[in-house]
Amino acid sequence: MKELWKLYRVFFSIGICTFGGGYAMLSLLQRVIVEQYQWASEEELMDYYAIGQCTPGIIALNTSTFIGYKCHKLPGAIAATLGFLSPSILVIVLIAAFMTNYASLPVVKHAFAGIRICVCALILDAVLKLGKKSIVDKFSVIIFLAIVALSAFTGVSTIILVIGAGVVGYLIYYVMGRKKA
Amino acid sequence: MILLRLMYEFCKTGFFAVGGGLATLPFLYEMAEKTGWFTNQDILNLIAISESTPGAIGINMSTYVGYLTSGVPGAICATLALAFPSVVIIVLVAKCMEQFKNSPIVEAVFKALRPASTGLIVAASLSVAQMAFLHTEVGTITNVSDLIAIINFPAILLAAILFVLLRKFKLHPIAYIGMAAVVGLVFQM
Repeated sequence: MKELWKLYRVFFSIGICTFGGGYAMLSLLQRVIVEQYQWASEEELMDYYAIGQCTPGIIALNTSTFIGYKCHKLPGAIAATLGFLSPSILVIVLIAAFMTNYASLPVVKHAFAGIRICVCALILDAVLKLGKKSIVDKFSVIIFLAIVALSAFTGVSTIILVIGAGVVGYLIYYVMGRKKA
Repeated sequence: MILLRLMYEFCKTGFFAVGGGLATLPFLYEMAEKTGWFTNQDILNLIAISESTPGAIGINMSTYVGYLTSGVPGAICATLALAFPSVVIIVLVAKCMEQFKNSPIVEAVFKALRPASTGLIVAASLSVAQMAFLHTEVGTITNVSDLIAIINFPAILLAAILFVLLRKFKLHPIAYIGMAAVVGLVFQM
């Protein structure tokens, strides 16, 4: 029970610090889940993110559920997910009840113009850390570049991209690897 | 009764919206049209609010719609219903992964999924970067001076400073977010 409460609290703190629409969550997960508590490795984080992309549901929620499950099975999954949801419920209800003009307040606009810039710097840092662990040979360089290009400049669905990358992985690292061996 | 209907609608959204945040938008428009619980104008307002509050956008939008529909109980029901399919599906996937953890095939697949995952994050963040670093209101680019006018140099400078700081001092990300918010306020960005 104590452990579940801890999961809830940690994910609550991640939820309330996730500014800028989910993207900042990545650097929070690296900092809190990978480095501070060591509940998952950098590689696992990427695996969860890839699966979260092609399974139904909000990616941030899927990732929280995954990490919670890894720590304490189903109760952990529920605790982590509820923890991540709770700040959203609190903050949004307060805003919807008392300040419906919140988003058009100049103070909010200026602050978030700054925050958006910070989110870019945080993502760059997060991606560099992930890249070090994920881009390790010439095949992974090609996969990385191909996915960036296809995802940013074509309308190919993310689900197709993830499944495609999986198939390529099977062929390159399993089928070809066995032939060599 | 309306709470049950709300939970059903958001469960459906959680199940069919693949890819996160803004993927829930078409479902919200459909819901507005079908139920009359809220208007398209409400949706525009709730996007703006969801983007400038902590938490994932998709979750915030659901909470807001739930609140508009039936107050605090609505907010809680909508959000939990949105999360329900995620929890069920991810727990099933995680159970499968445990079974096949040591399979060389799974290992090979994930070895390729990791660079793909990194690539997807890079591609998704390009649109965030575009919003932060370019004055999109400038319009079409016809010559070099337009190109210079479209780039938000102070924003790039701030990002560079923040990046150096966060590589040098390993503070909690919220510290840098706070700093950036203050800079945004002081310089009226």
